[in-house]
Amino acid sequence: MQWEIVIGLEVHTQLSTNTKIFSGASTAFGAEPNTQADAVSIALPGVLPVLNKGAVERAIKFGLATGSHIASRSVFARKNYFYPDLPKGYQISQFDLPVVGQGALTIQVEPLSGNAKPYEKTVRITRAHLEEDAGKSVHGDSQGMTGIDLNRAGTPLLEIVSEPDMYSAAEAVAYAKALHSLVRWIGISDGNMQEGSFRCDVNVSVRKPGAELGTRREIKNLNSFKFMQQAIDYEVQWQIDTIENGGKIHQATILFNPDTGETRAMRSKEDAHDYRYFPDPDLLPLEISAEWIEQVRATLPELPQTKQTRYVNDLGLSAYDASILTASREMAEYFETVYAAVPKDAKMCANWLIGEVNAQLKRDGLDMAQCPITAQQLGGMLQCIADNTISNSGAKEVFRTMWAEGGTADAIIEAKGLKQVSDSGAIEALVDEIIAANTDKVAEYRAGRDKLFGFFVGLAMKASKGKANPAQLNDILKKKLAG
Amino acid sequence: MIHSSLSQLGAALRAKKISSVELTQSYLDRIAQLNPQLNAYITLNPETSLAQARAADARIAAGKAEALTGIPFAQKDIFCAKGWLTTCGSKMLHNFVSPYDAHVISQFNNAGAVNLGKTNMDEFAMGSSNETSHYGPVKNPWDTARVPGGSSGGTAAAVAARLCAAATGTDTGGSIRQPAALCGISGLKPTYGVVSRYGMIAFASSLDQAGPMARSAEDLALMLNVMAGFDERDSTSLQRDKEDYARDLNKPLNGLRIGLPKEFFAEGLSGDVAQAIEAAISEYKKLGATIVPISLPNSKLSVPVYYVLAPAEASSNLSRFDGVRYGYRAPQYDDLADMYEKSRAQGFGAEVKRRIMIGTYVLSHGYYDAYYLQAQKIRRLIAQDFTEAYKQCDVIMGPTSPSTAFKLGEKGDDPVQMYLSDIYTIAVNLAGLPGMSIPCGFGANNMPVGLQIIGNYFDEARMLNVAHQFQLATDWHSRAPQL
Repeated sequence: MQWEIVIGLEVHTQLSTNTKIFSGASTAFGAEPNTQADAVSIALPGVLPVLNKGAVERAIKFGLATGSHIASRSVFARKNYFYPDLPKGYQISQFDLPVVGQGALTIQVEPLSGNAKPYEKTVRITRAHLEEDAGKSVHGDSQGMTGIDLNRAGTPLLEIVSEPDMYSAAEAVAYAKALHSLVRWIGISDGNMQEGSFRCDVNVSVRKPGAELGTRREIKNLNSFKFMQQAIDYEVQWQIDTIENGGKIHQATILFNPDTGETRAMRSKEDAHDYRYFPDPDLLPLEISAEWIEQVRATLPELPQTKQTRYVNDLGLSAYDASILTASREMAEYFETVYAAVPKDAKMCANWLIGEVNAQLKRDGLDMAQCPITAQQLGGMLQCIADNTISNSGAKEVFRTMWAEGGTADAIIEAKGLKQVSDSGAIEALVDEIIAANTDKVAEYRAGRDKLFGFFVGLAMKASKGKANPAQLNDILKKKLAG
Repeated sequence: MIHSSLSQLGAALRAKKISSVELTQSYLDRIAQLNPQLNAYITLNPETSLAQARAADARIAAGKAEALTGIPFAQKDIFCAKGWLTTCGSKMLHNFVSPYDAHVISQFNNAGAVNLGKTNMDEFAMGSSNETSHYGPVKNPWDTARVPGGSSGGTAAAVAARLCAAATGTDTGGSIRQPAALCGISGLKPTYGVVSRYGMIAFASSLDQAGPMARSAEDLALMLNVMAGFDERDSTSLQRDKEDYARDLNKPLNGLRIGLPKEFFAEGLSGDVAQAIEAAISEYKKLGATIVPISLPNSKLSVPVYYVLAPAEASSNLSRFDGVRYGYRAPQYDDLADMYEKSRAQGFGAEVKRRIMIGTYVLSHGYYDAYYLQAQKIRRLIAQDFTEAYKQCDVIMGPTSPSTAFKLGEKGDDPVQMYLSDIYTIAVNLAGLPGMSIPCGFGANNMPVGLQIIGNYFDEARMLNVAHQFQLATDWHSRAPQL
């Protein structure tokens, strides 16, 4: 029986402000418990929230980057519930009037299995709203007590909610990755998933094609793309099995256990909170003027989508290459620096980056920012290929040396004697010698054994110690063998 | 000295006819003598007060005195004051020593004023008789069998009994004006946003406003000069130019248009109060004012609207009192939920719990639209009534309270009767307007009657002028209770 999977995401991304969303306390990660909890973070009697403009600017940036509606007036609301790490007994969030409204994000999906080809997809964004993070409960100290660390309480979050537009784990992961890349690209979050700066809640349901949406269950707090995929796969199978065995899906909040690879219900809809949202009377409605939006727009870097279009239209790259080169801002900046060194050879730059550089990074478990070869170094090497100083095979050796030991292309070529021989006189002399020494083979070739051409190329290359310019060598060999 | 005005005290201090230490000590002595029968103060710190007095004397000696330097004031126990027990009249905060100063407290400190002590109040400012205080009821200095009004009852009694030069109050639905009326003193609730709420323990954030309580309008003006002003720590604080609230005190009242709302002189108003108010209006006519009959048709809805909105905000504002970080925690409990339940059940009094429950109910899913949203709409209509009225008049006058001070315990069993004692004051908070009460005579049992003066937004200087001219022509404000 065929089932269709429907997935929507809610992503909490921590905004990269130095101070909290409603107070001047630091947001730096890893401090001693409660050393970054000021009077507002502790919720002493009488303290009041004051909105951090930097958090608003980051929300505006996100809205601009996703072509979303930015509300000229939005409202902070209180979400009321009791928990020890929620010091006020309510979280300041946004409810019916969020700062960012409808928008969209275009993603490249690489199917996880089979030979299916990568494809492009647009995921609609429902809204994004500002809110404060809660603190942290630290369970089970030496006396079996629970401790409360309020350092994180009040850290600014942007909660980004998507429409249920994703129909596979691959699409959900691709969307989460694209979002993760975007928030880092536009500099609103460090995206550090280990530190909880990017946390995903995944709403999953299944249905028969064409049927109404099924009942969803929400997998909470996934902080790795791998876990996200595993959790969705497990959950989808669980829902299908449940229905096929005659059961019903009940709305619930569930957790994924990475150790067992299973999901498990945390609470059902019946014991869901009534959060009693209402507008926070301590904060005025947030007014965002057209001027403010323009000021923020001026600080936005060129966005991945714009770059992709430019790479395809102006540089003649394929859409696939363009999407890989814009997978992260570091990658795109690297590419553009390399390309500046060889402005006629965008395709060569792309091939080297997508091929050699990416493969090496993957092998060494590094990301772009940790690449041992700078863009300037690589650009210098590609210049040497472009002006025929080295051959492609020579370049590969230069690249390996550069990766392991550093150094400029010129220095490595010099030290290793990789400079290509492009002096036609020298090549002709070499070819003449080979022809003279192999008269029998030459005769066979001239009698029609074309396959022997490769044999002569091999001899010539060997004689030149691999340094002969291959194209030139081919031309000269052909001419001379023809007699 | 105890009957002197603030300006007389300031002059005597600057002329070194008396030192701040002597003045402070004389008030402390009087408090020691009279407070046991009045219960106006919750906390006294004679050493701290005297240390402040010594510092004030040094400042006076250095020629750096300001208007209020060296004058002893009492502070309502709703204001956080560094190093002072700050209880808000509740067992919940029986052990809370504030680590920081409220804006109002720092303004007085910066002016060189002396903090004599923290005054008693209804628990979390919820009450109209001071009987809900965990620290016992305050007695009215004019008749200790009667209530002083509330919630700023301790302040009103302390000012009336000359247990301080003047003091602060807060007003959410009449908590400055009603006790001022019942104790025969002057009190001013400024326009919402004129005095910062930072450090003032919140009851209903959109209604709470701090203000001065004193023996004369002139004293109120000097205090408001210190209390008012923009504070970036309160997002609802208004950014306005500093003004001198005493600037218009001596303007004649010729041509002043006084609006008398017919709704304030209808059923429910005691005859003795009506008589005193009518006499005061006659006095104003003599001073050159003209009378304009007006109507505030929606004001009759102000009590029900208030008892939806104020409890809604309070139910959320009081969630921080959970026994986790400070304040009262039940000595024994089984688990987290039990700790919350027991701490809050034991830490809060009956009236506070009643309002938390009402507020929780009106914000609940399914009731929000019918109660909270509907009340917000009517709140706007009530404010519009005033806007219409001010097209015809400059100030609005009427009774502050429908009756003079009632007996302790008289209304204890009937919360609605108690709520109705604020029927004339609540609309002013809902509209965010400034309102004041000044003594205008005595009713049955020789208890004081208060005249309410309601001004347009930011019209405090004019209201103080209107009150001051009355006090130049009459002596009700200088009558003192016999103790």
